[in-house]
Amino acid sequence: MQAFRFDAPPLPPEASEACERVRAFLATECGGGRYVPHRCSWSTFDPEFSRRAGAAGFIGVTWPREVGGQAQSSLVRFVITREMLAAGAPCGAHWIADRQSGPQILRHGSERARREILPRVCRGECFFGIGMSEPDSGSDLAAVRTRARRHGEGWLIDGSKIWTSQAHRVHYLIVLARTGEAGEDRHGGLTQFIVDLSASGVTVRPIHNLSGGHEFNEVFFREYYVPDDMRLGDEGAGWAMVTGELAFERSGPDRFLSDYRLLVELIDTIGPEPDARQAAEIGRLVSHLAALLRMSTSVAALLDEGRSPNTEAALVKDVGTAFEREVPEIARLLLPLQPSLDDHAQRLPETLAHVVLHAPSFTIRGGTREILRGIIARGLGLR
Amino acid sequence: MNTATADSELTNLLLEQADRLLRAEVTREVLARADAGACPTPLWEICEQAGLPAALLPEAAGGAGIAMADGMRLVRQLGYHAVPLPLAETMLAQALWSAAGGAPVTGSMTLVAESLALRRRGVRYTLAGRASRVPWGTAVQHLLLEAHDEDGLRLVLVPQSALSGKAVGEPVRNLAFEPRDTIDFDAVEVDEAMVRQAPRQLLFALGALMRAQQMAGAMERCLDFAVSYAMERRQFGRPIAKFQAIQHMLAEAAGHYAAAVAAADLGADAWGGAQFEFAVAAAKSRVGEAAGKVAAIVHQVHGAMGFTQEHPLHFSTRRLWSWRDEFGGEGHWQTRLGHLVCAAGGSALWPALTAD
Repeated sequence: MQAFRFDAPPLPPEASEACERVRAFLATECGGGRYVPHRCSWSTFDPEFSRRAGAAGFIGVTWPREVGGQAQSSLVRFVITREMLAAGAPCGAHWIADRQSGPQILRHGSERARREILPRVCRGECFFGIGMSEPDSGSDLAAVRTRARRHGEGWLIDGSKIWTSQAHRVHYLIVLARTGEAGEDRHGGLTQFIVDLSASGVTVRPIHNLSGGHEFNEVFFREYYVPDDMRLGDEGAGWAMVTGELAFERSGPDRFLSDYRLLVELIDTIGPEPDARQAAEIGRLVSHLAALLRMSTSVAALLDEGRSPNTEAALVKDVGTAFEREVPEIARLLLPLQPSLDDHAQRLPETLAHVVLHAPSFTIRGGTREILRGIIARGLGLR
Repeated sequence: MNTATADSELTNLLLEQADRLLRAEVTREVLARADAGACPTPLWEICEQAGLPAALLPEAAGGAGIAMADGMRLVRQLGYHAVPLPLAETMLAQALWSAAGGAPVTGSMTLVAESLALRRRGVRYTLAGRASRVPWGTAVQHLLLEAHDEDGLRLVLVPQSALSGKAVGEPVRNLAFEPRDTIDFDAVEVDEAMVRQAPRQLLFALGALMRAQQMAGAMERCLDFAVSYAMERRQFGRPIAKFQAIQHMLAEAAGHYAAAVAAADLGADAWGGAQFEFAVAAAKSRVGEAAGKVAAIVHQVHGAMGFTQEHPLHFSTRRLWSWRDEFGGEGHWQTRLGHLVCAAGGSALWPALTAD
């Protein structure tokens, strides 16, 4: 079995040091009542929290100093994000920019984009959304129809994007658009652009999710003008760039810690003397989590070595989101619970309600389970 | 070159040599003969000549000086090749006995899962208690066990010669047809040289980690078999690997295998630390669960052929179905882990999961 590897070298000292710092920061945040862990997840949008996290040096840590970063390793970032998620911190505002938009701009952006945008991202003042999916292009990303055509010194974009999380609150999207012919492999002719949502020519329509929340949007572009220095990478290089992002998008702790606070609440509600079934089920969940944490750490280490661990990342997300989906199902077997979003007096029913209503998205966002299994199968040599 | 690099290069060299050796020597014929009850003595001798039983012993004691965490990679390899010998047991028993200051012994050894009782009489000790399903209990030269006496916990090495007539009932085999003997230790006497101070109870957890590593290896073999079979087997005019249903089944199995390797390594790295029992509980729970799921999937992929002795898959899957229940099944270890976690409370879980 040479298809994938999950070596886990010990964390370097600077990662352990970052772990101490972020724990102290989160203890102050949570202890000061600035957020309520069981009502938050990494998709909870809280610009004030992000500003404080940025000021404390927890955003963009892997980027070079000249753009506001700290030139740290991926393992340092891994530890920071891992700790934020475990503590239930509301990271949603800066999450996408820190995880994938920033690294894309760093690698493929113009000098102006790097200089103007990245320092603000690091300070927790500038937020991003992902503009990949379209109404007719979900899992089949190569079917993108939004077009960008040359216009003077820049480009005009026409089309629409969907499932654009927080488009009504973030400052920029990175939009994948068709700029040329797709070619035989369907992967040609795609280019990415940094789109400023405050400019004219773009409208945002809310889409409410099944918990009633407003995270998603549909975004429409009509002769939207992008200057050429807001293009990312070469014309036609978009496909390689979006697939390169996926190892970052799929391997992180956000793929198995989405409902970690539910597990914590569950353990505390059961108390120190579980019955046999409660003990066995809690033990089982913890055994899954321990394995996932190690798998994810090892992908962070592979990313540090400059590899593209796409199969490993798909495995983390497939196994991790399956775990996330199981936590609420097990919780309701172990205790007599009736979930409710309104039951603020009791933490567990409220937490369970949030998780049950968000759980279907765990195995869809960032690549469906079925797409991931196809990638794993390719890694195994089956296709 | 620093010492750590030199050590890991030595380990890699040993692992490569062992892999080549086992690939050549653990043939289907050898496995079939072991299944039929023939003791594979020639294979043991080959492994002994290659230094495998003593791999974890210090170099001064004639071993290769491999550390426990690296030794577990070798144990996984033994699982991959379904080695029909108490070789992993011997490697670990040798390491524990030597670390406890025991005098060197040669030949095959095993680990006894249950702890027994011990009483001192002058320069001799007398054991009491019974141990069930001891791996190769009547075939090995020495049995390593933990026993309590008035002063605390002891590590005891019992020579086979002291156990004449102590086997209980008919010989029993596990699902892989490996011998698992019940032994009555009542009134068995051992010399004081065979009794050492034991720092803490470790044998049962170390046995569980050993089986977890062997299962990780056996699962890797199962996936290798299944991927090759799916590429070769043609139905409806194409290899069955081209069907999405098969691809997704094998992708799911790969996920369980990857999680199993991560969990097993977590246990190996925790050796010698305060988190060892926590890590082993997580490892045996996760790996045991994966073993059942991977075995089910690879059999489904192999169809009727995998259900026969015409195909070697069964040498690996019957071991998975045996090993997952030895040294505590998932039920035991999940419950143990759940009690540890609940007793410490929700806020203590994260520090435990992320302890260095």
